[in-house]
Amino acid sequence: MAPKTLLNQRECAVTISRLCHQINEVHVPWDRTVLVGLQPRGAKLLRALVAQLEAEFATGPVANGLLDITFHRDDFRRREEPLTASPTEMNVLIEGKRVIIIDDVLYTGRSVRAALDALGDFGRPERVELCVLIDRRFSRELPIQPDYSGRRVDALNHERVRLNWNGPTLESVLLESPDYAPER
Amino acid sequence: MPQNAKLQSRHLLGLQHVPAEDIQLILHWAGHFKEVINRPIKRVPSLRDLTVANLFFENSTRTRLSFELAEKRLSADVVNFSASTSSVKKGETLNDTVSNILAMKVDLVVIRHSEAGVAHFLADRVPAHIVNAGDGTHEHPTQALLDAFTMQERIGSLEGKKVVIVGDILHSRVALSNIFGLQKLGVHVAVSGPSTLIPRAISELGVEVIDHLDDALEWADVANVLRVQHERMDRAFFPSIREYHKRYGITMERLNRLKQVPLILHPGPINRGVELTSEVADSPYAAILNQVENGVAVRMAVLYLLASQSAPQNVV
Repeated sequence: MAPKTLLNQRECAVTISRLCHQINEVHVPWDRTVLVGLQPRGAKLLRALVAQLEAEFATGPVANGLLDITFHRDDFRRREEPLTASPTEMNVLIEGKRVIIIDDVLYTGRSVRAALDALGDFGRPERVELCVLIDRRFSRELPIQPDYSGRRVDALNHERVRLNWNGPTLESVLLESPDYAPER
Repeated sequence: MPQNAKLQSRHLLGLQHVPAEDIQLILHWAGHFKEVINRPIKRVPSLRDLTVANLFFENSTRTRLSFELAEKRLSADVVNFSASTSSVKKGETLNDTVSNILAMKVDLVVIRHSEAGVAHFLADRVPAHIVNAGDGTHEHPTQALLDAFTMQERIGSLEGKKVVIVGDILHSRVALSNIFGLQKLGVHVAVSGPSTLIPRAISELGVEVIDHLDDALEWADVANVLRVQHERMDRAFFPSIREYHKRYGITMERLNRLKQVPLILHPGPINRGVELTSEVADSPYAAILNQVENGVAVRMAVLYLLASQSAPQNVV
Protein backbone atom coordinates (compact mmCIF):
# COMPACT_ATOMS: atom_id res chain seq x y z
CA MET A 1 0.00 0.00 0.00
CA ALA A 2 1.39 3.36 -1.02
CA PRO A 3 1.84 6.26 1.39
CA LYS A 4 -1.19 8.53 1.58
CA THR A 5 -0.87 11.80 -0.31
CA LEU A 6 -1.80 14.74 1.86
CA LEU A 7 -1.04 17.37 -0.75
CA ASN A 8 -0.27 16.85 -4.42
CA GLN A 9 1.85 19.26 -6.43
CA ARG A 10 -1.01 21.56 -7.38
CA GLU A 11 -2.31 21.64 -3.82
CA CYS A 12 1.20 22.38 -2.51
CA ALA A 13 1.41 25.45 -4.76
CA VAL A 14 -2.06 26.63 -3.77
CA THR A 15 -1.32 26.15 -0.08
CA ILE A 16 1.97 28.04 -0.15
CA SER A 17 0.30 30.80 -2.12
CA ARG A 18 -2.51 31.00 0.46
CA LEU A 19 0.00 31.21 3.31
CA CYS A 20 1.66 34.13 1.52
CA HIS A 21 -1.68 35.93 1.16
CA GLN A 22 -2.51 35.42 4.82
CA ILE A 23 0.89 36.57 6.02
CA ASN A 24 0.89 39.57 3.69
CA GLU A 25 -2.55 40.64 4.87
CA VAL A 26 -1.31 40.93 8.45
CA HIS A 27 2.19 42.21 7.80
CA VAL A 28 1.86 44.82 5.11
CA PRO A 29 3.77 47.20 5.12
CA TRP A 30 6.80 44.89 5.39
CA ASP A 31 9.28 47.12 7.17
CA ARG A 32 9.03 45.50 10.60
CA THR A 33 8.66 41.81 9.82
CA VAL A 34 11.33 39.10 9.90
CA LEU A 35 10.80 35.52 8.75
CA VAL A 36 12.86 32.96 10.67
CA GLY A 37 13.09 29.41 9.32
CA LEU A 38 13.92 26.58 11.67
CA GLN A 39 16.88 24.45 10.64
CA PRO A 40 17.01 22.09 8.94
CA ARG A 41 13.56 21.39 7.54
CA GLY A 42 12.00 24.83 7.78
CA ALA A 43 14.70 26.29 5.52
CA LYS A 44 13.16 25.29 2.20
CA LEU A 45 9.69 26.45 3.16
CA LEU A 46 11.21 29.76 4.28
CA ARG A 47 12.88 30.21 0.89
CA ALA A 48 9.70 29.32 -0.96
CA LEU A 49 7.66 31.82 1.06
CA VAL A 50 10.22 34.60 0.76
CA ALA A 51 10.55 34.07 -3.00
CA GLN A 52 6.81 34.20 -3.55
CA LEU A 53 6.24 37.15 -1.23
CA GLU A 54 8.93 39.19 -2.92
CA ALA A 55 7.74 38.24 -6.42
CA GLU A 56 3.99 38.69 -6.01
CA PHE A 57 3.30 41.03 -3.12
CA ALA A 58 5.59 44.02 -3.64
CA THR A 59 7.04 43.45 -0.21
CA GLY A 60 10.54 44.58 -1.15
CA PRO A 61 13.32 42.39 0.22
CA VAL A 62 11.89 40.30 3.05
CA ALA A 63 14.22 40.15 6.06
CA ASN A 64 14.85 36.53 6.95
CA GLY A 65 17.18 34.22 8.81
CA LEU A 66 17.76 30.59 9.65
CA LEU A 67 17.77 29.45 13.24
CA ASP A 68 19.25 26.22 14.56
CA ILE A 69 17.68 25.15 17.84
CA THR A 70 19.90 22.17 18.69
CA PHE A 71 21.46 23.72 21.78
CA HIS A 72 18.05 24.79 23.13
CA ARG A 73 16.30 21.44 22.78
CA ASP A 74 14.97 19.84 25.93
CA ASP A 75 15.75 16.24 24.93
CA PHE A 76 19.56 16.59 25.05
CA ARG A 77 20.94 13.50 26.88
CA ARG A 78 17.45 11.97 26.88
CA ARG A 79 17.41 10.28 23.50
CA GLU A 80 19.28 7.37 21.96
CA GLU A 81 20.36 9.11 18.76
CA PRO A 82 22.81 12.01 19.16
CA LEU A 83 21.50 15.41 18.10
CA THR A 84 22.84 17.03 14.97
CA ALA A 85 23.30 20.74 14.50
CA SER A 86 22.91 22.94 11.41
CA PRO A 87 24.29 26.41 10.83
CA THR A 88 22.42 29.40 12.22
CA GLU A 89 22.34 32.30 9.79
CA MET A 90 20.75 35.17 11.65
CA ASN A 91 22.09 38.27 9.96
CA VAL A 92 19.01 40.28 10.83
CA LEU A 93 18.00 42.28 13.86
CA ILE A 94 14.86 41.03 15.57
CA GLU A 95 14.80 43.55 18.42
CA GLY A 96 11.37 45.18 18.31
CA LYS A 97 10.45 43.34 15.09
CA ARG A 98 7.50 41.10 14.28
CA VAL A 99 8.94 37.64 13.83
CA ILE A 100 7.26 34.75 12.04
CA ILE A 101 8.75 31.36 12.84
CA ILE A 102 8.58 29.10 9.77
CA ASP A 103 8.67 25.31 10.03
CA ASP A 104 7.46 22.45 7.90
CA VAL A 105 5.52 20.33 10.40
CA LEU A 106 4.13 21.22 13.82
CA TYR A 107 3.96 18.07 15.93
CA THR A 108 4.72 18.03 19.69
CA GLY A 109 5.46 21.76 19.81
CA ARG A 110 8.82 21.20 21.47
CA SER A 111 10.85 22.52 18.53
CA VAL A 112 8.83 25.72 18.62
CA ARG A 113 9.38 26.06 22.36
CA ALA A 114 13.12 25.64 21.77
CA ALA A 115 12.93 28.17 18.94
CA LEU A 116 11.26 30.76 21.19
CA ASP A 117 14.10 30.21 23.63
CA ALA A 118 16.76 30.42 20.91
CA LEU A 119 15.23 33.57 19.39
CA GLY A 120 15.88 35.31 22.70
CA ASP A 121 19.61 35.11 21.93
CA PHE A 122 19.09 37.59 19.11
CA GLY A 123 16.93 40.18 20.82
CA ARG A 124 13.39 40.79 22.05
CA PRO A 125 10.88 40.77 19.20
CA GLU A 126 7.70 42.82 19.48
CA ARG A 127 5.74 39.66 18.82
CA VAL A 128 6.27 36.18 17.47
CA GLU A 129 3.95 34.20 15.22
CA LEU A 130 4.14 30.67 13.92
CA CYS A 131 3.61 29.48 10.36
CA VAL A 132 3.68 25.79 9.48
CA LEU A 133 2.81 23.89 6.35
CA ILE A 134 1.40 20.86 8.17
CA ASP A 135 -0.23 20.99 11.58
CA ARG A 136 -0.45 17.53 13.19
CA ARG A 137 -3.12 18.50 15.62
CA PHE A 138 -2.97 15.32 17.69
CA SER A 139 -0.06 14.67 20.09
CA ARG A 140 0.75 18.24 21.02
CA GLU A 141 2.79 18.18 24.23
CA LEU A 142 2.87 21.92 24.84
CA PRO A 143 0.28 24.69 24.53
CA ILE A 144 1.51 25.91 21.13
CA GLN A 145 -0.72 26.56 18.09
CA PRO A 146 0.10 27.96 14.64
CA ASP A 147 -1.07 31.38 13.45
CA TYR A 148 -0.83 30.28 9.83
CA SER A 149 -1.25 26.66 8.86
CA GLY A 150 -1.22 25.06 5.43
CA ARG A 151 -3.11 21.88 6.20
CA ARG A 152 -4.37 20.33 9.40
CA VAL A 153 -3.70 16.63 9.57
CA ASP A 154 -4.88 13.90 11.88
CA ALA A 155 -1.89 11.58 12.07
CA LEU A 156 -1.10 8.88 14.56
CA ASN A 157 2.11 8.91 16.56
CA HIS A 158 3.84 6.18 14.58
CA GLU A 159 3.09 7.86 11.26
CA ARG A 160 5.41 10.34 9.58
CA VAL A 161 4.71 13.37 7.46
CA ARG A 162 7.20 13.73 4.63
CA LEU A 163 7.70 16.74 2.37
CA ASN A 164 9.18 16.04 -1.06
CA TRP A 165 11.08 19.00 -2.43
CA ASN A 166 12.41 19.15 -5.94
CA GLY A 167 14.86 22.02 -5.72
CA PRO A 168 12.83 25.04 -4.59
CA THR A 169 9.49 23.43 -5.51
CA LEU A 170 7.38 21.41 -3.11
CA GLU A 171 6.09 18.46 -5.11
CA SER A 172 4.06 16.57 -2.56
CA VAL A 173 3.37 15.96 1.09
CA LEU A 174 2.95 12.32 2.08
CA LEU A 175 1.80 10.53 5.18
CA GLU A 176 3.89 7.43 5.75
CA SER A 177 3.09 4.66 8.12
CA PRO A 178 5.77 2.07 9.05
CA ASP A 179 3.50 -0.66 7.58
CA TYR A 180 3.93 0.69 4.09
CA ALA A 181 7.01 2.88 4.41
CA PRO A 182 9.36 2.55 1.43
CA GLU A 183 12.56 0.64 2.11
CA ARG A 184 15.38 2.90 3.23
CA MET B 1 31.99 12.16 8.70
CA PRO B 2 28.51 11.09 9.75
CA GLN B 3 26.72 14.12 11.20
CA ASN B 4 25.14 12.23 14.05
CA ALA B 5 28.32 10.50 15.22
CA LYS B 6 29.20 10.18 18.89
CA LEU B 7 32.61 10.34 20.52
CA GLN B 8 34.05 6.89 20.99
CA SER B 9 35.62 7.61 24.36
CA ARG B 10 33.93 8.65 27.60
CA HIS B 11 36.85 10.94 28.44
CA LEU B 12 39.30 13.26 26.73
CA LEU B 13 42.62 12.25 28.28
CA GLY B 14 45.00 12.85 25.39
CA LEU B 15 45.01 12.73 21.62
CA GLN B 16 47.33 9.74 21.35
CA HIS B 17 44.51 7.21 21.49
CA VAL B 18 41.69 9.34 20.13
CA PRO B 19 40.57 8.21 16.67
CA ALA B 20 40.78 10.73 13.82
CA GLU B 21 36.97 10.69 13.46
CA ASP B 22 36.56 11.93 17.02
CA ILE B 23 38.97 14.79 16.37
CA GLN B 24 37.04 15.72 13.22
CA LEU B 25 33.78 15.51 15.15
CA ILE B 26 35.02 17.87 17.86
CA LEU B 27 36.31 20.35 15.27
CA HIS B 28 32.99 20.17 13.42
CA TRP B 29 30.96 20.97 16.54
CA ALA B 30 33.43 23.68 17.54
CA GLY B 31 32.32 25.50 14.39
CA HIS B 32 28.72 25.54 15.64
CA PHE B 33 29.80 26.80 19.05
CA LYS B 34 31.93 29.51 17.51
CA GLU B 35 28.73 30.81 15.94
CA VAL B 36 27.02 30.63 19.34
CA ILE B 37 29.72 32.67 21.10
CA ASN B 38 29.43 35.37 18.47
CA ARG B 39 25.70 35.87 19.11
CA PRO B 40 24.52 38.90 21.06
CA ILE B 41 23.59 36.50 23.87
CA LYS B 42 26.30 33.90 24.07
CA ARG B 43 24.72 31.35 26.34
CA VAL B 44 22.83 28.19 25.38
CA PRO B 45 21.07 25.94 27.88
CA SER B 46 22.44 22.54 26.79
CA LEU B 47 24.27 21.60 30.01
CA ARG B 48 21.87 23.26 32.41
CA ASP B 49 21.38 20.13 34.53
CA LEU B 50 25.09 19.32 34.81
CA THR B 51 27.82 20.24 37.24
CA VAL B 52 31.42 20.63 36.14
CA ALA B 53 34.36 20.68 38.55
CA ASN B 54 37.53 22.44 37.44
CA LEU B 55 40.36 20.90 39.43
CA PHE B 56 43.52 22.89 38.89
CA PHE B 57 46.36 21.38 40.85
CA GLU B 58 48.78 23.48 38.83
CA ASN B 59 48.61 27.19 38.13
CA SER B 60 46.74 28.26 35.08
CA THR B 61 45.03 31.42 34.04
CA ARG B 62 43.90 31.21 30.47
CA THR B 63 43.08 27.53 30.30
CA ARG B 64 41.00 27.74 33.46
CA LEU B 65 39.25 30.90 32.29
CA SER B 66 38.62 29.37 28.91
CA PHE B 67 37.12 26.20 30.38
CA GLU B 68 35.07 28.18 32.85
CA LEU B 69 33.70 30.40 30.12
CA ALA B 70 32.91 27.38 27.96
CA GLU B 71 31.06 25.73 30.85
CA LYS B 72 29.11 28.87 31.68
CA ARG B 73 28.18 29.46 28.06
CA LEU B 74 26.70 25.96 28.05
CA SER B 75 24.79 26.84 31.25
CA ALA B 76 26.52 24.23 33.41
CA ASP B 77 26.98 24.74 37.13
CA VAL B 78 30.66 25.29 37.79
CA VAL B 79 32.79 24.62 40.86
CA ASN B 80 36.41 25.67 40.90
CA PHE B 81 39.20 24.15 42.84
CA SER B 82 42.76 25.30 42.82
CA ALA B 83 45.53 23.60 44.69
CA SER B 84 46.97 26.76 46.19
CA THR B 85 43.76 27.50 48.10
CA SER B 86 42.68 24.00 49.01
CA SER B 87 43.13 21.12 51.38
CA VAL B 88 45.90 19.70 49.17
CA LYS B 89 48.03 22.17 51.09
CA LYS B 90 46.93 20.38 54.24
CA GLY B 91 48.24 17.05 53.01
CA GLU B 92 45.15 15.40 51.52
CA THR B 93 45.83 12.71 48.90
CA LEU B 94 44.60 13.01 45.33
CA ASN B 95 42.27 10.07 45.83
CA ASP B 96 40.64 11.67 48.85
CA THR B 97 40.30 15.04 47.20
CA VAL B 98 38.62 13.41 44.26
CA SER B 99 36.24 11.23 46.27
CA ASN B 100 35.18 14.28 48.19
CA ILE B 101 34.46 16.20 45.06
CA LEU B 102 32.54 13.30 43.57
CA ALA B 103 30.44 12.96 46.70
CA MET B 104 29.17 16.38 45.60
CA LYS B 105 27.69 14.70 42.49
CA VAL B 106 29.82 16.19 39.76
CA ASP B 107 29.15 15.09 36.16
CA LEU B 108 32.30 16.32 34.45
CA VAL B 109 35.78 16.93 35.78
CA VAL B 110 38.34 19.16 34.10
CA ILE B 111 41.73 18.46 35.62
CA ARG B 112 45.20 19.94 35.38
CA HIS B 113 48.07 18.47 37.34
CA SER B 114 51.84 18.68 37.30
CA GLU B 115 52.17 14.87 37.13
CA ALA B 116 51.64 12.97 33.88
CA GLY B 117 48.83 10.43 33.95
CA VAL B 118 46.66 11.99 36.65
CA ALA B 119 43.70 12.32 34.29
CA HIS B 120 44.01 8.61 33.44
CA PHE B 121 44.18 7.78 37.14
CA LEU B 122 40.90 9.61 37.69
CA ALA B 123 39.22 8.11 34.65
CA ASP B 124 39.78 4.63 36.06
CA ARG B 125 38.29 5.52 39.42
CA VAL B 126 35.38 7.90 39.05
CA PRO B 127 32.10 7.76 37.13
CA ALA B 128 32.36 11.36 35.82
CA HIS B 129 33.64 12.30 32.36
CA ILE B 130 37.24 13.48 32.63
CA VAL B 131 38.83 16.19 30.50
CA ASN B 132 42.59 16.52 30.71
CA ALA B 133 43.55 20.19 30.88
CA GLY B 134 47.26 19.39 30.96
CA ASP B 135 49.10 16.67 32.86
CA GLY B 136 52.77 17.45 33.48
CA THR B 137 54.80 17.25 30.30
CA HIS B 138 52.47 14.61 28.84
CA GLU B 139 49.41 15.95 27.00
CA HIS B 140 47.16 18.99 26.69
CA PRO B 141 44.53 17.80 24.25
CA THR B 142 42.18 20.79 24.16
CA GLN B 143 45.09 23.10 23.32
CA ALA B 144 46.04 20.89 20.38
CA LEU B 145 42.40 20.79 19.24
CA LEU B 146 42.08 24.55 19.34
CA ASP B 147 45.39 24.87 17.49
CA ALA B 148 44.08 22.54 14.79
CA PHE B 149 40.76 24.40 14.65
CA THR B 150 42.57 27.74 14.28
CA MET B 151 44.84 26.36 11.54
CA GLN B 152 41.83 24.95 9.70
CA GLU B 153 40.04 28.26 9.97
CA ARG B 154 42.98 30.19 8.57
CA ILE B 155 44.44 27.85 5.92
CA GLY B 156 41.63 25.38 5.16
CA SER B 157 41.83 21.59 5.26
CA LEU B 158 44.95 20.35 7.05
CA GLU B 159 45.38 17.21 4.98
CA GLY B 160 48.91 17.25 3.51
CA LYS B 161 49.82 20.57 5.17
CA LYS B 162 53.15 21.15 6.98
CA VAL B 163 53.41 22.29 10.56
CA VAL B 164 56.60 22.99 12.48
CA ILE B 165 56.59 23.13 16.26
CA VAL B 166 59.30 25.52 17.43
CA GLY B 167 61.14 25.71 20.71
CA ASP B 168 60.98 23.75 23.93
CA ILE B 169 59.64 20.39 22.77
CA LEU B 170 61.03 18.45 25.72
CA HIS B 171 58.92 20.11 28.39
CA SER B 172 55.88 20.69 26.25
CA ARG B 173 52.61 18.83 26.59
CA VAL B 174 51.27 21.11 23.88
CA ALA B 175 53.89 19.76 21.48
CA LEU B 176 53.04 16.14 22.17
CA SER B 177 49.29 16.64 21.81
CA ASN B 178 49.87 18.67 18.66
CA ILE B 179 51.98 15.90 17.15
CA PHE B 180 49.42 13.18 17.90
CA GLY B 181 46.44 15.26 16.82
CA LEU B 182 47.88 16.82 13.68
CA GLN B 183 49.30 13.55 12.37
CA LYS B 184 45.83 12.03 12.61
CA LEU B 185 44.52 14.89 10.48
CA GLY B 186 47.11 14.05 7.80
CA VAL B 187 49.59 16.82 8.64
CA HIS B 188 53.37 16.50 8.20
CA VAL B 189 54.81 17.55 11.54
CA ALA B 190 58.38 18.73 12.18
CA VAL B 191 60.09 20.24 15.19
CA SER B 192 62.81 22.83 15.44
CA GLY B 193 64.65 23.98 18.55
CA PRO B 194 67.84 23.67 20.57
CA SER B 195 68.96 20.05 20.48
CA THR B 196 68.92 19.97 24.27
CA LEU B 197 65.19 20.69 24.19
CA ILE B 198 64.30 18.07 21.58
CA PRO B 199 63.64 14.58 22.93
CA ARG B 200 65.91 12.04 21.29
CA ALA B 201 63.09 9.62 20.57
CA ILE B 202 61.00 12.22 18.71
CA SER B 203 61.76 10.68 15.32
CA GLU B 204 60.03 7.49 16.44
CA LEU B 205 56.79 9.46 16.32
CA GLY B 206 57.39 10.13 12.63
CA VAL B 207 58.42 13.71 13.32
CA GLU B 208 61.18 15.35 11.34
CA VAL B 209 63.77 17.48 13.13
CA ILE B 210 64.82 20.64 11.29
CA ASP B 211 67.86 22.18 12.97
CA HIS B 212 67.79 25.65 11.47
CA LEU B 213 64.76 27.75 12.18
CA ASP B 214 65.00 29.51 8.81
CA ASP B 215 64.77 26.20 6.97
CA ALA B 216 61.87 25.15 9.15
CA LEU B 217 59.93 28.36 8.52
CA GLU B 218 60.57 28.12 4.79
CA TRP B 219 59.23 24.56 4.80
CA ALA B 220 56.14 25.08 6.94
CA ASP B 221 52.59 26.30 6.31
CA VAL B 222 52.18 26.88 10.04
CA ALA B 223 54.68 27.49 12.83
CA ASN B 224 53.39 26.66 16.28
CA VAL B 225 55.81 28.49 18.55
CA LEU B 226 56.04 27.24 22.11
CA ARG B 227 56.81 29.11 25.27
CA VAL B 228 60.20 28.59 26.87
CA GLN B 229 59.13 26.99 30.14
CA HIS B 230 61.67 28.30 32.59
CA GLU B 231 59.70 26.85 35.49
CA ARG B 232 60.11 23.29 34.24
CA MET B 233 63.83 23.59 33.58
CA ASP B 234 65.84 22.13 36.42
CA ARG B 235 69.15 22.84 34.69
CA ALA B 236 70.51 25.02 31.91
CA PHE B 237 69.31 23.76 28.55
CA PHE B 238 70.71 26.68 26.58
CA PRO B 239 73.38 29.25 27.40
CA SER B 240 71.20 32.35 27.71
CA ILE B 241 67.84 33.82 26.78
CA ARG B 242 69.66 36.15 24.44
CA GLU B 243 71.27 33.29 22.61
CA TYR B 244 67.97 31.41 22.46
CA HIS B 245 66.28 34.43 20.94
CA LYS B 246 69.05 34.85 18.44
CA ARG B 247 68.80 31.30 17.14
CA TYR B 248 65.15 30.34 17.74
CA GLY B 249 63.32 33.61 18.29
CA ILE B 250 60.96 34.66 15.51
CA THR B 251 61.56 38.21 14.34
CA MET B 252 60.08 40.26 11.53
CA GLU B 253 63.48 40.37 9.93
CA ARG B 254 63.54 36.58 9.81
CA LEU B 255 60.01 36.41 8.38
CA ASN B 256 60.78 39.05 5.76
CA ARG B 257 63.51 36.83 4.32
CA LEU B 258 61.02 34.03 3.58
CA LYS B 259 59.34 33.43 0.25
CA GLN B 260 56.08 32.78 2.05
CA VAL B 261 55.44 33.53 5.70
CA PRO B 262 53.78 30.71 7.65
CA LEU B 263 50.86 31.26 9.99
CA ILE B 264 52.22 31.82 13.51
CA LEU B 265 50.56 30.20 16.50
CA HIS B 266 51.53 30.43 20.16
CA PRO B 267 49.71 28.76 23.05
CA GLY B 268 50.47 31.66 25.39
CA PRO B 269 51.52 33.20 27.63
CA ILE B 270 54.12 34.76 25.32
CA ASN B 271 57.57 35.65 26.56
CA ARG B 272 57.76 38.72 24.35
CA GLY B 273 61.24 39.14 22.96
CA VAL B 274 62.16 35.50 23.61
CA GLU B 275 60.16 33.15 21.34
CA LEU B 276 58.53 35.96 19.40
CA THR B 277 59.17 39.66 19.12
CA SER B 278 56.23 41.90 19.92
CA GLU B 279 56.18 42.99 16.31
CA VAL B 280 55.54 39.42 15.16
CA ALA B 281 53.10 38.61 17.93
CA ASP B 282 50.95 41.62 17.04
CA SER B 283 51.24 41.17 13.26
CA PRO B 284 48.56 39.71 10.98
CA TYR B 285 50.78 36.62 10.55
CA ALA B 286 49.97 35.63 14.13
CA ALA B 287 46.69 33.94 15.03
CA ILE B 288 47.26 34.09 18.76
CA LEU B 289 44.04 35.90 19.69
CA ASN B 290 42.07 33.69 17.29
CA GLN B 291 43.42 30.78 19.30
CA VAL B 292 42.09 32.26 22.52
CA GLU B 293 38.63 32.82 21.04
CA ASN B 294 38.56 29.39 19.43
CA GLY B 295 39.64 27.81 22.71
CA VAL B 296 36.25 28.55 24.21
CA ALA B 297 34.39 27.12 21.21
CA VAL B 298 36.52 23.97 21.11
CA ARG B 299 36.11 23.38 24.84
CA MET B 300 32.36 23.87 24.52
CA ALA B 301 32.36 21.20 21.81
CA VAL B 302 34.35 18.79 23.96
CA LEU B 303 32.13 19.26 27.02
CA TYR B 304 28.95 19.08 24.96
CA LEU B 305 29.96 15.89 23.15
CA LEU B 306 31.10 14.17 26.34
CA ALA B 307 27.94 15.18 28.19
CA SER B 308 25.74 13.91 25.36
CA GLN B 309 26.98 10.38 26.04
CA SER B 310 25.22 9.89 29.33
CA ALA B 311 21.61 10.16 30.39
CA PRO B 312 20.78 12.35 33.37
CA GLN B 313 20.96 10.62 36.74
CA ASN B 314 17.66 9.53 38.22
CA VAL B 315 15.89 10.00 34.91
CA VAL B 316 14.82 6.89 33.06
